[in-house]
Amino acid sequence: MNKRLKLGWFSFSCCEDSTIIFTELLNDHYLTWKKLIDFRSISVLQKKEDLTDLDVAFVEGAITSGGQSDRLKVIRENSKKLVAVGSCACVGMPSAQRNLFNTETNTEIEAILTRFKYLPKVQKLSEIVTVDDQVPGCPMNEKIFLTLVDKYLKEFKIIS
Amino acid sequence: MHNLDLTLSDISKIEGKAGCDIKIRDGLVKEVKFSIAEFKRFYTQAIRGKDIAALPQLTARICGTCSNAHLLCAIKACENILGIKVSQQTLLLRQLLNFGLIIRDHALHLYIFVLPDFFGRDSILDFKEDDGPEHKFLHDAFAVKSAGNHLSIAVGGRSVHAPYPMVGGFTRLPDKAELIKCLQELKGIRSRVIDLVKLFLEKDKTLVRNNLQFAALLDESYSFLDGEIYHTDGKEAPEKYGDNLKYVSIPYSHASGFRFRGKTFMTGALARLNLGKEKLHKKSKQSLGPILDIFPSQNIYHNNLAQAIEILHSIDSAADIIENLDIKEEKQLPITRKAGEGVGVIEAPRGILYYRLAIDGTGRIIKGQIVVPTGQNQIGIEESIRVYLENNLEKLNDREILEKEIESIVRAYDPCMSCASHFLKIRYS
Repeated sequence: MNKRLKLGWFSFSCCEDSTIIFTELLNDHYLTWKKLIDFRSISVLQKKEDLTDLDVAFVEGAITSGGQSDRLKVIRENSKKLVAVGSCACVGMPSAQRNLFNTETNTEIEAILTRFKYLPKVQKLSEIVTVDDQVPGCPMNEKIFLTLVDKYLKEFKIIS
Repeated sequence: MHNLDLTLSDISKIEGKAGCDIKIRDGLVKEVKFSIAEFKRFYTQAIRGKDIAALPQLTARICGTCSNAHLLCAIKACENILGIKVSQQTLLLRQLLNFGLIIRDHALHLYIFVLPDFFGRDSILDFKEDDGPEHKFLHDAFAVKSAGNHLSIAVGGRSVHAPYPMVGGFTRLPDKAELIKCLQELKGIRSRVIDLVKLFLEKDKTLVRNNLQFAALLDESYSFLDGEIYHTDGKEAPEKYGDNLKYVSIPYSHASGFRFRGKTFMTGALARLNLGKEKLHKKSKQSLGPILDIFPSQNIYHNNLAQAIEILHSIDSAADIIENLDIKEEKQLPITRKAGEGVGVIEAPRGILYYRLAIDGTGRIIKGQIVVPTGQNQIGIEESIRVYLENNLEKLNDREILEKEIESIVRAYDPCMSCASHFLKIRYS
């Protein structure tokens, strides 16, 4: 089989709307992409996962726990390019709404934050790792996503 | 198996993140902990102080999968509080939007999440183009999902977080020519969906849950958006539904569980079929014939079959609406803000979605309670895993098979973890 783009798709705290848009893009693009893309990790579609030496990691969602932060760093270390997908990954919101809560509301949610080891603040991806590209939107902008996929297919010499 | 400790930390091919811990000692199931692992985003707190007109688009962000169900339920709650009675055209367009969601969402679950198990594959991405059935169902998956997706886009402006539906109506009406295109697409997938029904009838597994209760919102046209709450012991007004839901704290899960009228119950497609199969579209009933005799069923895997049947019903119902709808220009009704409390209840793809809101005299949210289907099913999922383990202890020698069986039980419920983890339980006095 010809060389394919090694791609991973990862989700953190968000509504996963961009994952849904991605599964809908497969309706029209799957037959082309299966020849060009090696889906190494995408838990909504498959159980198997191989994080080693990814070409591109698409990451949706904001980071709200230490565990999520650690996993994002692992994904970054294993990916030549990392793309923030959707509003929560790019700017934190709306998943970062608790960053704006007043003292009274923070007191209300404090026990949950402690029990499940939340970070003090919800963070966008670029506050933790280097982000190479962004696909903004809530959900992600499909045209920008497709343009980026095409860009990386060329950059990694999968297509000319 | 005599002793076993099993941790499934990240169940795949579901919406969001969930896990399960199992402990077997001396041949007895000592512990089953099904946990939702999505971190909370605290929407219950975040909606306070927001204007009632902005609420639906905000709570749609609870879940990308069933965002339009949240949108429609929030709109319904807001309109109930303000006493807004929308036009028949608006009601029909909302039904169309929701039928598009049901088709797309059930198809995603059945074709993409469940079907690989039937063909011994990890993923639909592994299906072979040169294998007859795999080739067929791979292409059916994309065709059926597309039809639902396009219907939602034509009516709502987008299939996820649709921008056109608002409190009081639609900001923009669909183009009839676009709807006619959708009609042709819906007719084109009908036979594929009947094939899907037959596949699930033939291939799915069995896990019978005796004494499991069911609850569903049903009207005479099985519209998903209106009616009364039917349950195993009778029926009641939807406004009363929340009064009979008992919150159950699950300390190891990020989401809350619920019991209905003091019992473990199930909401979703199987509940709807068990309690309302005679209300399905007549064309669907004709095509399904004796297949419907399976219901009522206590086999939780029949939730998959019920979803396939609901795709067919949604195709036939949407086609009827499009063929008979003459879209006339109308503006959304104005919002007159006033203090009040109210409830909105609809059937989301995975079951009953319940909003209870209180607003002040300026139209701002004072407090809200949102109960989602996966929260209601959470205790049932855990109990179903336990029943499976207790019935099959002697067969559990292979951890890999065991993991697959547990994942397939969870998948049969079609849980949605994004929905389930949106909120923190608050007391509602």
